[in-house]
Amino acid sequence: MTNVKVLLVDDERPFVETMVKRLKKRDLKLVTAFNGNEALNRLEEDGDIEVVILDIKMPVMDGMEALSRIKGKHPLVEVIMLTGHATVETGIEGMKKGAFDYLMKPCDADQLLDKVTEAAARKRKHEEKIVEARVKAITLRRA
Amino acid sequence: MTLKNKSKNGHYGGIARNIVFIVLIVSVTPLVLVSVFILNEFQTSYKEKVGDQLELLVRKHKNNINSFLEEKLANIRFLAFNSSFAELSDESILKQKLAELHQTYDRVFVDLGVVNHQGRQVAYAGPYKFTNAQYHDTDWFKDAIEKPFFISDVFLGLRRTPHFIVTVKNETNGKTWLLKATIDFGSFNTIVENLRVGETGFAFILNKVGEFQTKPLSQILPHKNYYPSNQNHTVEESDSVIRQTENGNEEIIYASTYLKNGDWLMVLQQDSKDAFADLHKTRTIAVYIILLGSIGIISTSLILSRRLIKRIARADQEKEIAGQEKEMMSQQVIETGKLASVGELAAGIAHEINNPVAIMTEEAGWIQDLLEEEEFQKSENLQEFHRALEQIHTQGKRCKDITHKLLSFARKTDSSIKDVLLNDLLNEVAYLSSQRAKYSNILINTEFHKDLPLIRASETELQQVFLNLVNNALDAMEKTGGTIDITSKTEGNDIVIVVADNGPGIANANLARIFDPFFTTKPVGKGTGLGLSICYGIINKMGGEIDVRSVIDKGTTFTIRIPANREGEERIAQQSPDFDPDENTLH
Repeated sequence: MTNVKVLLVDDERPFVETMVKRLKKRDLKLVTAFNGNEALNRLEEDGDIEVVILDIKMPVMDGMEALSRIKGKHPLVEVIMLTGHATVETGIEGMKKGAFDYLMKPCDADQLLDKVTEAAARKRKHEEKIVEARVKAITLRRA
Repeated sequence: MTLKNKSKNGHYGGIARNIVFIVLIVSVTPLVLVSVFILNEFQTSYKEKVGDQLELLVRKHKNNINSFLEEKLANIRFLAFNSSFAELSDESILKQKLAELHQTYDRVFVDLGVVNHQGRQVAYAGPYKFTNAQYHDTDWFKDAIEKPFFISDVFLGLRRTPHFIVTVKNETNGKTWLLKATIDFGSFNTIVENLRVGETGFAFILNKVGEFQTKPLSQILPHKNYYPSNQNHTVEESDSVIRQTENGNEEIIYASTYLKNGDWLMVLQQDSKDAFADLHKTRTIAVYIILLGSIGIISTSLILSRRLIKRIARADQEKEIAGQEKEMMSQQVIETGKLASVGELAAGIAHEINNPVAIMTEEAGWIQDLLEEEEFQKSENLQEFHRALEQIHTQGKRCKDITHKLLSFARKTDSSIKDVLLNDLLNEVAYLSSQRAKYSNILINTEFHKDLPLIRASETELQQVFLNLVNNALDAMEKTGGTIDITSKTEGNDIVIVVADNGPGIANANLARIFDPFFTTKPVGKGTGLGLSICYGIINKMGGEIDVRSVIDKGTTFTIRIPANREGEERIAQQSPDFDPDENTLH
């Protein structure tokens, strides 16, 4: 799957910069943010973002808070949690709030790419279902 | 016995003495006081009763004697006033009168005589030949001629035998004369002799100068001052009974009364021993009862106080043990708290390290990505670049492992009970200790039973137990180096974990005390002496056992036996992804 637009959110600039380069090399479109607030702004500005890679520990607004807000405003956008100390508890908490999956730092770029691809696929599938439902609804109304 | 034990025993001895003392004071004192009071009251009333009895007897006999004397006097008066001097001067008539008296009163009257104013006996009837006997100078005549009637003291007189006389004064033609009768001493004596009390009580009569008027049965004589001391009583008082106690060798009770208008003193004497025999007997019995009662109370209080002291000592001991346990528990809480703060610190550091490591790994990954491009493919050192990047990647993964283990350690600082995978826990302990082991040239070997059942326990506490054991082994072999074997296995329903080292071992003398709180062989400041006692407490609380075997210069083996979780019979073969079960040797 190509042309997936990803928002990478992490407060560690060097990490973001390198990861952006690596993911771009893997044909992903990248947008970045350095805290939860910025992430929300990017999502408002850019409706093409399909997947968000979200660090949990961040200043201003942490990953868990940002996840709740993202899912509240953009339920179809898939979120992959990225954490320095992934535990079953934080993972479960993230999943409960609607995260697609979680990964432990430091993570392999290819592993991350796989997760992003899976997430984007699910998002697109959801969108297709919604379009189908709407078409059905319109068809039914016309009939 | 230690000094502490001695002082403890002294303390309990003091309590025991106090209890016995209080019990004795509270029970024996009222017993003795009540007994003494009752005995005293009883003695007083008994003495009064004895006195009353003697008084009654004396009064009764006073009346008897008085009526005897009055009767005899009345007889003589009747004779004197119903016959003329001339008639009575006729000895034949006088003899006839005596015979009449004998007929009525037997031989109480010994003789009769008529004495004129000059003291000459003009007529006499009786067994002696006393006609014309001269009484002018006798004491009795001098008294008798002055009084209308007279009863003499007992005296020997002309006949030289004890007797007394009764006289009645009459007057004929202006001349006084006396009718005199001699009373048989024997008859009079019998009246007094009959007065007997108990075994030693008898009566006698004394005259004014203290001479016996009756024949005393006993040789016991009253005190010489006895009669004169009673001489000052008035006539009214003479009617009363006088009780006196003479303190000689033996105490004697006297009850006395005056007779014959105070001329005679009748005395009833009795040994107080005899009079108060019953009282003494009662007192002896009472004393025995008090003694027996007191012995009973003393022995009961001794036995009870001993039992009580035993119980107090036991309770104190339990309290002391509970105190020690409490101390241990609080130390355990402190230790756990310390561990928790160390955990938090570790978590912080781990997290902070994670980010730079992630960046380094990513940068290496970026280089690796770039190396894929064509221009770099021709480089001579491409192979070397790849090897270096691979190494960076491997070391990055290693850092990740370390930080993740530290983070997982930090998470286990809560003491909630849950299902625990013992092998994972042991592996973690081995891993955490591996760095220190490496510097001390110590090899930690692990050998785990793969299908170990789950156990329900606090992960933190168990971690503390194994960390303590491994740390102790590391401390012991710090300078010498050696190996530590950590083994897990199952035995029946139990899980057995063995932590064995080949260090210097523990001396036998210390072996028995190593689980005691505050016992340590480590240098001052190094050990608290609580580690093993906390281990013991934790394992004991779980229903398990901890055992130690040690041989000097060979090593020490700690064996922990924990009951498996019976509810979860399922065997967990699953190991944490952080650990590779095959990788069982750590440096």
